[in-house]
Amino acid sequence: MSAVVDALRAHARWRWWELVTFAVLVLSWLLLPGQSLLLNEIAILALFAVSLDLILGYAGIVSLGHAAFFGIGSYSAALFAKLVMPDPWVGMVVAIAAAAVLGALCSVLILRGSDLTRLMVTLGVASILYELANKLDWLTGGADGLQGVVMGPLRTPFGAFEFDLGGRTAYAYTLLVLIVCVLLARRLVHSPFGTSLQALRDNRLRAASIGLSVNARLVVVYTVAGGIAGAAGGLLAQTTGFASLDVFDFHRSAEVMLVLVIGGTGYLYGGIFGAIVFKLLHDLVSAWTPQYWNFWLGLFLVILVLVGREKLTRPWTWFGAKR
Amino acid sequence: MTLLFDGIAYGMLLFVLAVGLAVTLGLMNFINLAHGAFAMAGGYITVLLMNRLGVPFLATLPLAFLGTALIGAVLEPLLYRHLYGKPHLDQVLFSIGLVFMAVTGVDFIIGSTQQNITLPAWLQGRFDISWIGIGKYRLFIIVVCAALAIGLQWMLSNTRFGSQLRASVDDPRVAGGLGLNVNRIFLLTFAVGSGLAGLGGALGAEILGLDPTFPLKFMIYFLIVVSVGGTTTLTGPLLAALLLGIADVAGKYYVPKLGAFIVYTLMIVILLVRPQGLFARAGGGK
Repeated sequence: MSAVVDALRAHARWRWWELVTFAVLVLSWLLLPGQSLLLNEIAILALFAVSLDLILGYAGIVSLGHAAFFGIGSYSAALFAKLVMPDPWVGMVVAIAAAAVLGALCSVLILRGSDLTRLMVTLGVASILYELANKLDWLTGGADGLQGVVMGPLRTPFGAFEFDLGGRTAYAYTLLVLIVCVLLARRLVHSPFGTSLQALRDNRLRAASIGLSVNARLVVVYTVAGGIAGAAGGLLAQTTGFASLDVFDFHRSAEVMLVLVIGGTGYLYGGIFGAIVFKLLHDLVSAWTPQYWNFWLGLFLVILVLVGREKLTRPWTWFGAKR
Repeated sequence: MTLLFDGIAYGMLLFVLAVGLAVTLGLMNFINLAHGAFAMAGGYITVLLMNRLGVPFLATLPLAFLGTALIGAVLEPLLYRHLYGKPHLDQVLFSIGLVFMAVTGVDFIIGSTQQNITLPAWLQGRFDISWIGIGKYRLFIIVVCAALAIGLQWMLSNTRFGSQLRASVDDPRVAGGLGLNVNRIFLLTFAVGSGLAGLGGALGAEILGLDPTFPLKFMIYFLIVVSVGGTTTLTGPLLAALLLGIADVAGKYYVPKLGAFIVYTLMIVILLVRPQGLFARAGGGK
């Protein structure tokens, strides 16, 4: 028995590269003050991808509508700031709560059926929300987006910080939320609960037959992932002061999946690494051919899958013998 | 009643567009989100032939079919075949990639404006039979698509190729062992499915509109048809397509505010109650 416990403990131990990752994230704020806007975008995308990793990498649910939670978080943060109070902390809690509630509601939909059914249902939910946000223009501003969101200062024990144009405060805030969420997610996936998730990802039937309640676990992980995606959406709305329809767009769901796949699924940090690579690549290619970035993105996806996506994060398998 | 008629025409069109997907998805178990790209290819073939070369509308339809089938036949052994056994995530990523490439590629070559075609005079206008206004072009679509549906059903159930296909799908290895050339059968099927999508795109260019974002706009519709209809028969997708067509047209007419909302909700409810689709055989799928 103790051997098993030791093995699980060893699995959950802190690795050196995890610490390096966190250190680099914090250092990036200190050392690259001019790049805060871009870094902020990367961090938001990273958080979004981490939340997808929870359901895709750990629970094995293929979702094409993860933007639903991102969007709900984004709109609820923006609306809350506009209509109720501009405090970012409270707004963040509201965004997370709204997305988590949506996640809990939607989780019922993904319990049954095949991969295709889940794909369709997740896609359908995102499309419904897109339509809703589009049609409820008295509330959301419709296709023009929700404008006039003014955020209050970020109140901390060290004093209140205004969101500035350079994005310094925004990036610090995003980083903080990202790190807290990743730490929470890390705790979650290394808990017995996380281990059981991986068991049901690998073989749902077998997991059920050794006595795991598969459905209850899926509901919980979907809710948590929804909440984290909502946090990412809320961050976007709060740091840009704007929420528009494209947060619900299919494009966003596809993009985050790609980001996660670039970084690698099922080890939590894939989202962060993927987001860094993706955004830098985006910047590079966009500077070269701004209009046709999607083409290269598509080409990249096709080649990636044909070559085998698991090889991307394992450069040592590129040449020579099989894995 | 006119509404019902339009809905049926729309549904028929969706069926032809989606039937190829029903085959790849249901029979070969491949999630091909890029199906709309083939439909778009067919639409563009028609539009370009008519507007640039002055080919008459009717003559462009078979060309749209053949052209798209050819594209399908080239892509299948080149790209798709390697992915039949891969996990669904890979297939989804791959086909999304194809969609992005198709959308941007068309945008680059032809431009992002909406393409229009002018129908021949004898297909324009409408006539009335006891207060039901019937658009001639819609009637034309219904007739063509119904003929196609019957033909396909006949081919699948009564011809040698149909039974070979069903055998290959049920168990490729055994079918191969019995001397069937499974690869060739899949290739042909894929080509025909793509061709039908192209034909649907050509027929639908006037009704659905045609611009480079076509594959993304209608992807969800195709998928609804297939997932709601179930993939084990042809009648399932047909009925689902009709249902979807009528619901969509009626919904947009009576409650324009809600728009596509109704369709999505309907789909989710149906999939919630019958995850394998409305008309699936019990125990089918996984």
